[in-house]
Amino acid sequence: MAINFTLNGELREEASVSPTMTALEFLRENAGLTGTKEGCAEGDCGACTIALVRNGTGRLEAVNSCLLVVGQLDGANVVTVEGLTEKGGELEAVQQAIVTQDGTQCGFCTPGFVMALHALRHSGEAVSDDIIHDALAGNLCRCTGYRSIVDAARTACAVPAGAVSSNDLQAGNAHEADSELYYAPKTIAELIARRAEHPEAPLLSGGTDLGLLFSKERQKFPVTIYTQNVEELRLIDEDAAAITIGAAATYTEALPLIETNYPSFGVLIHRIGSRQIRNVGTIGGNIGNASPIGDTPPCLIALGSVLALHGAGGRREIALENFFLDYRSTDLQPDEIIESVRIPKLSKGQIFRTYKISKRYDQDISSVIGAFHLTLAGGVVTEVRIAFGGMAATPKRAAACELALTGKTWSEESVALAAAEISKDFSPIGDHRASAAYRLRVAENLFVRLFRDIEGSDHVEVMAL
Amino acid sequence: MSVETDIVGAVHTKVRHDSARGHVTGQAQYIDDMPLLPGTLEVVLVTSPHPHAAIVSIDVAAARAADGVRDVISANGIPGDNNIGPVFDGEPALAEGVVDYVGAPVVAIAADSYDQARAAAALVKIDYEVRPAVLDIEQALEQELYTYPPQFMTIGDPDAAITKAQHRIDGEVRCGGQDHFYLESHIAMAVPGEFGDLQVYCSTQHPSEVQHGVAHVLGVPTNEVTVEVRRMGGAFGGKESQPSIFAAIAALLADRTGQPVKLRLRRDDDMVITGKRHDFLFRYDVGFDPDGRIEGVDILMGMRSGNVADLSPGVLARALCHADNCYYLPNARLRGYPCKTNTVSNTAFRGFGGPQGMLVIETVIEHIARTLGRAVDEIRAVNYYSTDDRNVTPYQQRVTDNIILPIVDRLRSEIDFDGLSSAIDEFNGANQTLKKGIALMPVKFGISFNTPKLNQAGALVHVYTDGSVHLNHGGTEMGQGLFTKVAQVVASVFQIDLDNIKISSTRTDKVPNTSATAASAGSDLNGMAAFNATNTIKARMVEVAANHFSASVDSIEFRQNRVYAGNESLSFTELAQLTWDERVSLSATGFYSTPGLSWDAKSMIGNPFYYYTYGAAVSEVVIDTLTGESRVLRTDILQDCGNSLNPAIDLGQIEGAFVQGQGWLTSEELVWDDAGRLLTHGPSTYKIPGSRDVPPIFNVHILEDAPNREATIFHSKAVGEPPLMLALSVWLAIRDAVSRVTGHRHLPNLDAPATPEAILMAVDDIKRRDSQTPSPAKV
Ligand SMILES: Cc1cc2nc3c(=O)[nH]c(=O)nc-3n(C[C@H](O)[C@H](O)[C@H](O)COP(=O)(O)OP(=O)(O)OC[C@H]3O[C@@H](n4cnc5c(N)ncnc54)[C@H](O)[C@@H]3O)c2cc1C
Ligand code: FES
Ligand code: FES
Repeated sequence: MAINFTLNGELREEASVSPTMTALEFLRENAGLTGTKEGCAEGDCGACTIALVRNGTGRLEAVNSCLLVVGQLDGANVVTVEGLTEKGGELEAVQQAIVTQDGTQCGFCTPGFVMALHALRHSGEAVSDDIIHDALAGNLCRCTGYRSIVDAARTACAVPAGAVSSNDLQAGNAHEADSELYYAPKTIAELIARRAEHPEAPLLSGGTDLGLLFSKERQKFPVTIYTQNVEELRLIDEDAAAITIGAAATYTEALPLIETNYPSFGVLIHRIGSRQIRNVGTIGGNIGNASPIGDTPPCLIALGSVLALHGAGGRREIALENFFLDYRSTDLQPDEIIESVRIPKLSKGQIFRTYKISKRYDQDISSVIGAFHLTLAGGVVTEVRIAFGGMAATPKRAAACELALTGKTWSEESVALAAAEISKDFSPIGDHRASAAYRLRVAENLFVRLFRDIEGSDHVEVMAL
Repeated sequence: MSVETDIVGAVHTKVRHDSARGHVTGQAQYIDDMPLLPGTLEVVLVTSPHPHAAIVSIDVAAARAADGVRDVISANGIPGDNNIGPVFDGEPALAEGVVDYVGAPVVAIAADSYDQARAAAALVKIDYEVRPAVLDIEQALEQELYTYPPQFMTIGDPDAAITKAQHRIDGEVRCGGQDHFYLESHIAMAVPGEFGDLQVYCSTQHPSEVQHGVAHVLGVPTNEVTVEVRRMGGAFGGKESQPSIFAAIAALLADRTGQPVKLRLRRDDDMVITGKRHDFLFRYDVGFDPDGRIEGVDILMGMRSGNVADLSPGVLARALCHADNCYYLPNARLRGYPCKTNTVSNTAFRGFGGPQGMLVIETVIEHIARTLGRAVDEIRAVNYYSTDDRNVTPYQQRVTDNIILPIVDRLRSEIDFDGLSSAIDEFNGANQTLKKGIALMPVKFGISFNTPKLNQAGALVHVYTDGSVHLNHGGTEMGQGLFTKVAQVVASVFQIDLDNIKISSTRTDKVPNTSATAASAGSDLNGMAAFNATNTIKARMVEVAANHFSASVDSIEFRQNRVYAGNESLSFTELAQLTWDERVSLSATGFYSTPGLSWDAKSMIGNPFYYYTYGAAVSEVVIDTLTGESRVLRTDILQDCGNSLNPAIDLGQIEGAFVQGQGWLTSEELVWDDAGRLLTHGPSTYKIPGSRDVPPIFNVHILEDAPNREATIFHSKAVGEPPLMLALSVWLAIRDAVSRVTGHRHLPNLDAPATPEAILMAVDDIKRRDSQTPSPAKV
């Protein structure tokens, strides 16, 4: 079946294009729309930013076209920089503001900034500087120093523009081109069946990890299975005891519920990639990717989350901390998929904090991430779960530190004693992000930050000023 | 040169970048956006995996037979001279016999598609005989391995001055390199024409050098090669010498196959294969008096040149010429060592050695301050160049246009530096985790290429009979707004609105034998050349007008799109037509060469700079003593632009340069492994500043009423590079914050870049040292 979508208002029915060709290549090479640029092909520079409304979301969202594949466009309303203005016509508000503020120099980054801000303008948010930076975290400019662009954003996005509607196109369940099969099941039963037939096929969710295989590694697979059209996997739900997030729900979709229940986790989510990444990327993918430096697993482990896995034999649950077996190896069976993650809510006396340390505040991978879940009763730490990322081959609990803190009075001394156990729990490696010594030292110091943070005795983050 | 501003787009007005609308609509075309000609091939390079190895054999048979492959070449397929060295010979486009860095191009494959070329690249078999590699500066210094002989600059008797001085300190500091990270990576597209001619589109700051490189490699005369560039998606020095490699390879493949060939480096390849800002190791030995006045310095600069010299001689010369920054060094020995390492050859990068040279002298100033227990700015004050005496640089040029003192005084008082500093003391007293710091950075930067012969430019101006103007010059547009500024010059001379002037792409067949658009001198040089060309035409038109009006030549005046003789007038268009009718040429070339320059590269003595530009910045930062994270809270800048040609564009240059410098000194860290491989080769691992990293309070001002004393184009000053060095205020403020952790009693051990890791280690180190020294109170 053809891949159908609208591109700047015009219907495209792509019957023969490779479903795993990147959207960026499609735009530049097949559609002749060269306004969208390639700066990195890895989701980090934002020069390739386009905006789209995916069916069912009702939101115009900025995405990185370099990591998205054409199959993921099926049914979407896609807008590129060329779609904002008619030739010689009046400029769109963001474009005009960038021109007025002298926000372009070499101009290579500009279409990406325009699209990121165009999406912000249509998001309905009341913009603040913080939100502007949030919206621009995925866009790099090497020339301007950003001040002019941020000024343009303040003007152009001051008055939110209306929502952009989705179109009525239906996504297909499968696409075939050359020797490639692309399945896009719509129900969990269909997904499980495809999985059972093709246990080797890559399972594609947002593609913010997997997309690199298509974009940079130039790989092609006989079969690819796409999960984000499966309705059950997009579920976001809560009951009195926990929240449940479907594996294919995007960060953007999951954020409100997470923010409400665990504010510190919410702050962290804002630092995962950029809006472009979070608009398609998923917690399910973050877990499925099983990277030792993924940001959500330490938090989810500290919070005592439980995964629901679904395979040909049925459904099972597993505590997330038991899911990661070794470096990039998990308990997921070949016929299984991750269905959802259930995160217990905080009860009275429980505190959750997470701290991410990286070279740059926005859109950077953690050198170290620590997550702390404490239960305090009458000045005593009755229960504690601490997990770190970036400290071992998998996201992992700090058992010795936990032991040292459990049952102790909540004081700077007992926290320091617990912190001193860190080297019993971890012997991290050094790499281009940080040395082993720094990782250990920071992990230890994060306990001090935790205490001061909870006590409110001191500013503990440079961004708080 | 009087200037009227009653036309649209005159000089000194805020004129928008000519391509702004094209940029925001995506219509501005970069080379990769050009519609492909039928049969265009794409190229993939096979590069060296070893830092140093002999090439034993190359087997390309399988690659050649692969799907879609049209040609495969290695060094022995080069018909001409395999040399694209900008200064010295022997710098190959494709490795010959030996590879000397990881990423050195060895084989190039042209195929119908990029993916086919890439697949074929995996089939190339190269046998290497691995040789020992030198990977760092110390090793090269120890083994005295240099890419060309070390450069020394000496004034006075430094040894005696240092020994005799009442105080003496020594120390070591280093700064990292920096990837340019232009958003558009390297690209060249070669199109074969008739009779062996080649048209090469190339993202380059130096079309003439690309032209020479291509001609050399192909073994053809220069006139068979035309290089063209309309705009680059950023360059920053990274597209000065480097593009020749890719243009030459694309051209060679185009010549051999008879098909158009495009070579676009993907980001990771770009970062691995091409050179960066030079990292440096500095050692200093300094004598000074009890007031902190420097009496003698000896500074060693170990610069990582990389596998070949490339532009290193110029970079090192500029580093040596800026090791004084704003300070008078009566006795100095500045020793520059261009270390030859088995890493990619470093190259030009905005500032061109200047930032590095300043970093060491600022460290020295701070070291003196900590030693004497005085404020850093007090030490600066006693060392600033004077205007009448104490004004000779270590290279013996006299500083005659010095305005650093008024700039620094004004900036410090406007922001109440001392008030900010005591507020910081208060904050630091009340906070355990976070500590703030503040620092000033004064900058004096010499304008002109160090090598006098490079300071020349040409322009070509045509007036058509409808009064529209076509402008061309040797400068290239990389985002800095050069095309707009030069067009403003032409508009101002003709006194016609800017939109009458068509800006056209840089082409070697229009203006030949050009210098790189570099050294901040683009508008100084090309603006003057265009000024001269325009005036040549104008003089002819004046004569025609004088005849027409039967008036004297002196009475003819160009004003507001018209030409006047008393009360009578013609429109500029009518005069253009009339000039043609009179069979007088409406086309002219213009040429300019900067006056008064001299330089002896051996003795390192001369007057290499036409003038200096000045500026100062103050930055306030906060660091986290638990994690080493930092943030710039506020920056105030006062920058000299002479009589700015375009304050809007200059403001953008200042802000952009500052943030780029901030990145160099904080988050941008190049990491190599011990096999000589770059580990940070994409934006996922190499972190340039994002919008949130820009100081939330960022006050940038251009110094007003400060015309250049020299007769530069409308008395403006160059602006591209100088503000980058203002970012040293951030690094110095971070050092100040670290030093304040222990009450300014110690000099921090903090190199650049000040990453969270480096800062945390420096904090821990300074606390350790402080706990080991008895505090004065306890004594
Ligand atoms: C620019 C950029 C910035 C990033 N920043 C961060 C960051 O700050 N922090 C961070 O943690 N990560 C970051 N990432 C990584 C990535 O965005 C996250 O890991 C994201 O959560 C992946 O989700 P996805 O839906 O895109 O996964 P995909 O790429 O689609 O898939 C990732 C992996 O999970 C598997 N998978 C997906 N869904 C399922 C399922 N239902 N069942 C089983 N397996 C499944 C896939 O097969 C694949 O192996 C960044 C990536 C980019 C490109
Ligand atoms: S090209 Fe850089 S984010 Fe897509
Ligand atoms: S304007 Fe050049 S990268 Fe933004």
